[in-house]
Amino acid sequence: MTYFLLFFSAAIVNNFVLSYFLGICPFVGVSKKISSAVSMGMAVTFVMLISAVVTWLIYHMILVPFHVEILEYVSFILVIASLVQLVEMFIRKVSKPLYDTLGIYLPLITTNCAILGLALFSVLREYAFLESVVFALGAGAGFTLALVIMAGIREELALAPVPRHFQGAGITMIVAGALALAFMGFAGMI
Amino acid sequence: MAKPVSLKAEFVKGLWNENPVMASLLGLCPTLAVTNAAVNGLAMGLATTFVLLTSTLMISTMRNLVPHQVRIAGYIVIIATFVTVADRFLAAFFPEISATLGPYIPLIVVNCLILGRQEAFSSRNPVGRSLVDSLGMGLGFIMVLIVLGSIREILGSGSIFGVTVLGDWFSPWMVMILPPGAFLTLGILIALVNWINSRRIAA
Repeated sequence: MTYFLLFFSAAIVNNFVLSYFLGICPFVGVSKKISSAVSMGMAVTFVMLISAVVTWLIYHMILVPFHVEILEYVSFILVIASLVQLVEMFIRKVSKPLYDTLGIYLPLITTNCAILGLALFSVLREYAFLESVVFALGAGAGFTLALVIMAGIREELALAPVPRHFQGAGITMIVAGALALAFMGFAGMI
Repeated sequence: MAKPVSLKAEFVKGLWNENPVMASLLGLCPTLAVTNAAVNGLAMGLATTFVLLTSTLMISTMRNLVPHQVRIAGYIVIIATFVTVADRFLAAFFPEISATLGPYIPLIVVNCLILGRQEAFSSRNPVGRSLVDSLGMGLGFIMVLIVLGSIREILGSGSIFGVTVLGDWFSPWMVMILPPGAFLTLGILIALVNWINSRRIAA
C-alpha cells in the first residue's frame, strides 16, 4: 500500500513537471506532437529507472561507506551521462525500431533535470532501494502523462487564434499554468 | 565570427537581446521553481552566476587542451565541482536559504544555460571575452529571477524581499506563490517582452 501511495504521489500529486518544475526543457521542446511526446516519455522513464537503481547503489555502497558524500553531484551526473550513452548504444544494437523511436531523444536526456532531480530526491528523502525504484517509476509515469496531455493540447492549439505576442513559448507557459492548477486539485488526496 | 564585436556588446547582449530566459528559454527549471519570493530568486541567480563565471574561467583557459570528443563530459565535471562548492558555501553561511532552495542548488549542474554558454562561447573565445559574456548572461538571468520573484511575492504575499508593501486591505493571491503562478507569470512576461520587441522594431 505504501508503494502504491508513493507511486501515485510521484506521478500525480507531486507531478515532477507541474509541481517540481523538473524536465521543463523537453516539456516545452518535445510537446508539439503526441507521438513524439510518448516516445520521449518512454525514454525518460527508462533512463530514470536505470539511473535510480545505479545512483542508489553508488550512494549507499560507495559514497557512504567511504565518507565521500561530497562527491555526490559529480558522481551522479557522470553516471547519468555515461548511462545515457550506454543505453543508447545498447538499444541501437538490440532493437532497431526502438532506437528509431527513442534515438534522437536519448542524448537530450543527459541534461534533463528530472533524472538528476530524481536521484537527489531519493537521497534527500532517504528512500530504501525498492522505494526509490517505485519512486522512479511514478516520476516517469507522471512525466509522460504531463508531456502527453501538453502535446494533446498543443495539437489543438495550433489551430486556435492565439494573440500574436503570446504565440510560441508564452501560450505554452499559460497552458502549463492551467494544467498545474488542475493537478493541484489532487493535492488533498494523500 | 565575421566582424569583431566590442566587449560592451558582448556584455549587453545577455541582458536583453539574447537574455538566457526570455530569448533562449534556457534555465527554465530554476527560474520557475525558486521564484516564489524575490530573495530566493536573488540567491539562485547569484549561485548560478558564480558557477557560470568560475566554470567559464576554467573551460576557457583549457579550451585548447581538452580533446573535442570528451569536452562535454569535461564541462559537466567542472560545472558539478563548482556547484558542490556553491552548495557547501550556502549550507555553511546561509543555512536558511540553502534549506529553502533544497535540491534546486545541486540542479544547477544540469542548468542548460551554463552548459550552453560553455559550448557556444567559452570553448571558442579567449578568457577575458568569455568572462564578459558570462557576466552579461548571469546578470540577465538574475534580473529575470528578481523580476519574476518580486511580481510573485507582491501578489502572493503582499511583500517584497520580506518587507510588507501592501497593507491589510490586500488579500494575497495564494496561487501566485504556488506552481501555477510561476507558469502564468512567466507566460505573461514572455508575451510582454515579445510586445516590447515588436514595438522597438516598428519604431
